[in-house]
Amino acid sequence: MAIEGAHLVQAAALLGAGLSMGLGAIGPGVGEGLVASKACEAIGKNPGEAGLLTRTMLVGQAVSESTGIYSLVIALLLLFVV
Amino acid sequence: MTIAIDTWIQVAAFTGGGLAMGFGAIGAAIGEGFTASEASIAISRNPKISGDIFKSMLVGQAIAESAAIFALVVAMILLFTDFTGQSVLTISVLMAAGLSMGLGAIGSGIGSGFPAGEACAGMSRQPAMSGQLTTNMLIGSAVCQTPAIFSLVVSFILIYSNFSGQPVSPTWAAILGAGFAAGFGAIGSGLGGGLVAQTSCEGIARQPTSAGTVTNIMLLGQAVTQTTAIYGLLIAFILLFKGFAPTESLGAAMALLGAGLCMGLGAIGPGIGEGATARSAVRWIARNKEATAELTRIMLVGQAVSESTGIYSLVVALILIFVI
Repeated sequence: MAIEGAHLVQAAALLGAGLSMGLGAIGPGVGEGLVASKACEAIGKNPGEAGLLTRTMLVGQAVSESTGIYSLVIALLLLFVV
Repeated sequence: MTIAIDTWIQVAAFTGGGLAMGFGAIGAAIGEGFTASEASIAISRNPKISGDIFKSMLVGQAIAESAAIFALVVAMILLFTDFTGQSVLTISVLMAAGLSMGLGAIGSGIGSGFPAGEACAGMSRQPAMSGQLTTNMLIGSAVCQTPAIFSLVVSFILIYSNFSGQPVSPTWAAILGAGFAAGFGAIGSGLGGGLVAQTSCEGIARQPTSAGTVTNIMLLGQAVTQTTAIYGLLIAFILLFKGFAPTESLGAAMALLGAGLCMGLGAIGPGIGEGATARSAVRWIARNKEATAELTRIMLVGQAVSESTGIYSLVVALILIFVI
């Protein structure tokens, strides 16, 4: 079987898509967990501010999520556009 | 010089055996070391019950050890079974079996050490709760071991299934991908489950009246933490049993390998993150029982957000398998 350049590029794009999303999911998963962990601690210490703390947690997690979304976008670009 | 297929099969069996035991030894050793270090501090704090603490340390370490024993069993099977004379796919099967079990034992080994150490520390503070602490430790550690058992199951399926009817390309990549999905996928959930079980032991020792609630919330938190390992198992099963049409395309093979790596690596982060969330929730439910409802709600919301990247990985893996 002769492997041509175009096949090699396509194979690299597909493997790259998997690696992009897989590795890219590690950071946000851990980071968002840490945010929620501290939010639980804060609510445990001061249950009266639960509403405010939930809002802060969700905004913080949303920012932390952004790199996961970048990875998803790059994975989808590698799959369907490149 | 041409090398016969049987030679490559032997090379793969020995390499797979080495990888299984090498990776598989990492987790249990760290976990057991943590247990023994906590037990030493506990004995210095309360030398009168050193016998009980010592016993609890050994029981906890034995559970953490089981992940490494799974790896040892798989390594022994790979070393001493005669695989020669089988199809060329066996090369990929044996490497995948070793990787799945070796990588899969890391998280469960580390994770199981945490509750065992904390149970020893708790016994030195609150000797009256020894029985309750041991029970809680055993339940928590047992849940930590499930991801390693998923990896063991995938390894056994790989070793004992007959893939000879399948086309070599792209099945070789699907098999390797299944090994990575089950192996990497187990790391996060094993470690995260241990973080949850650790603070539940701490909570029972600090606040004995909270024992029932703490064990329940621990199990809820651990269940959510396990989900990403289950995604990894799901992708591994799809890759093993779907059956792929023969193709010479390198792209089709890389898509399947990529799907396995995507789901496996993608499961690590959410598993650890969700464990960290439930760890704090359980710790503060023990200290502040009135806030149980509030804390359970925020724990589940926080875990759901943390899960999102794991779901992205699942989606990309499914696209790689079914759409490309």
